[in-house]
Amino acid sequence: MQRYIVQRFVQGLFLLVLVAAVVFFLGRLTGNPADLMLPEDATPEDRAALIRTLGLDRPYHEQFLIFIANALRGDLGESIRYRRPAVALFFSRLPNTLKLVPPAMAVALAMAIPLGVLSAVYRGTLLDRLAGVIAVLGLATPNFWLGILLIYIFSVQLGWLPSARMGGIRHYILPTITLGTFLVAGLMRLIRSSMLEVLDSEFVKLARIKGLSETAVIWRHCLRNALIPVLTLAGVFLAALVTGAIVTETVFAWPGIGRLTFEAVIFRDYPLLQAVVILDAVLVLFINLVVDVLYAYIDPRIRYT
Amino acid sequence: MSQAPLLEVRDLHTYLFPRRGVIRAVDGVSFTLHRGETLGLVGESGCGKTMTALSLLRLVPQPVARIVKGEIWLEGEDLLQKSEREMRRIRGRKIAMILQDPQTSLNPVLTVGTQLIEALALQGREASSRLVARAVELLQRVRVADAARRLRHYPHQLSGGMKQRVVGAIAMAGNPQVLIADEPTTALDVTIQLQYLNLLKELQAQTAMALLFITHDFGVVAHTCDRVAVMYAGRIVESGPVRAVFNRPAHPYTQALIAAVPSLDEPVERLDTIEGQPPAPEAFPAGCRFHPRCPYAEPRCHQDYPPTLPVADGHTAACWRLAAP
Repeated sequence: MQRYIVQRFVQGLFLLVLVAAVVFFLGRLTGNPADLMLPEDATPEDRAALIRTLGLDRPYHEQFLIFIANALRGDLGESIRYRRPAVALFFSRLPNTLKLVPPAMAVALAMAIPLGVLSAVYRGTLLDRLAGVIAVLGLATPNFWLGILLIYIFSVQLGWLPSARMGGIRHYILPTITLGTFLVAGLMRLIRSSMLEVLDSEFVKLARIKGLSETAVIWRHCLRNALIPVLTLAGVFLAALVTGAIVTETVFAWPGIGRLTFEAVIFRDYPLLQAVVILDAVLVLFINLVVDVLYAYIDPRIRYT
Repeated sequence: MSQAPLLEVRDLHTYLFPRRGVIRAVDGVSFTLHRGETLGLVGESGCGKTMTALSLLRLVPQPVARIVKGEIWLEGEDLLQKSEREMRRIRGRKIAMILQDPQTSLNPVLTVGTQLIEALALQGREASSRLVARAVELLQRVRVADAARRLRHYPHQLSGGMKQRVVGAIAMAGNPQVLIADEPTTALDVTIQLQYLNLLKELQAQTAMALLFITHDFGVVAHTCDRVAVMYAGRIVESGPVRAVFNRPAHPYTQALIAAVPSLDEPVERLDTIEGQPPAPEAFPAGCRFHPRCPYAEPRCHQDYPPTLPVADGHTAACWRLAAP
């Protein structure tokens, strides 16, 4: 198990270097970063001076090595807009996103598991078709539109819930639902299909032959097996939530990393965007590592091989 | 065996209803099973053996299959009249079953112990503190070495033969009166097949339960069974004591089946086979279902299904050739 974790860790580091390279060289394609930092009335001499100070006149591969060396020391440059180190900025916003993602995942699972299980158990019936319609609607509904719709109904018309920013528990309700719904459709279809497969297996037949009730057969014998593919993809789903947070946080003015990413793009805050992309990659890799460890816990066949 | 049978199946019909048409998987099957007796149910794949077994437990695949007609009497009660709730108390306690493939019949994410104790707990007689000890006893009864340690193992850590023993232990958990074994050795290595058959016979001797043995292997029948019923296309075509059926098979299908078993004593030039294919279950031929492959077919075989006629004491077959000319 420990060897497995170390192995995954090394793979992760390798991937990170790859991400950093892509971000770095793509960034150089968009032009010289010095142009973004200078005021409009700067002279060519000013420009040349800045380029020299920043080391931008050196060969690209040398610049990249310096970039990596700095990154390893935790320095990913300074935000142009905030005049603060990008890394510090990211980590000051990260907790706000992390407060949003688990409840959103919980909302998604709380809706998707019963829907998926029931539509598998009652496959082909009206209930199954209704759940299918909900799933298609969920897939077809843009996240930002749902957020705005919820704000319009519950904040503007009914006045029940706050429309934006962080605050008490009531502030969490709308963003959590918006972000969670993002996953419900996909999760539900996945659970339905893997549940159908499990229901058809011989060990389910044997469980019934033993005289177990249908409730025990479905929730004890089937669900855990049916959740294995869900857990396999949990890293993908969580990564989707981090990405989905860009839209949701923007709609609800939620000060997390999603909104930070949005701001970095809008204000062409190039060093910040670079840092956010790399740190997002770190986050996703970390999530995947945790998921793999959990996966081994649920499926004994992995644990012992 | 003159006492009343333990299990009596009368005129059982289990049909499958796919999107179009009807598949008459079990089409008028009747047989009896006495305490301590072993009945072999023999036939080619697709002849309705397994569907007959699942019908006894009322566990035919939903929603495709349905028991449309018949009676299943167990100790004076018709199982087809029972509610689903009552059936659950019969499954495992009165009728247990061993499935064909041990690789897939245990749940991969639950330990052997969990799956055994779950079956024991359903009996409701034991205090939960005693259940672990009972599970160890059960594993010892099916000759699993190091039983206490095996309880903590997951199915993938056991060999195929070991898994089938665990499935046997689960079946024995409820002290069933009838044990259905659906080709229990087909998926096992040849070297351990005999061991497993002997184990089943041993368990039967200890408990006087009745065994319904489903197989396509006449060798297994000869070794294991007291009586045999031969199934063809959803019906039993011949039944009787194993020795009588072997020595004097009356139905042309049984004759062909027995002739197809290669002999070890004489050199075999070529293996005998039965001409043609078994009929497709959605379109059985009129009259006797074997007539298209039967070397003795007469005109009336094409029109009417033959009645079940006596051959000797306790030995019957459904063939026109036994009727008075």
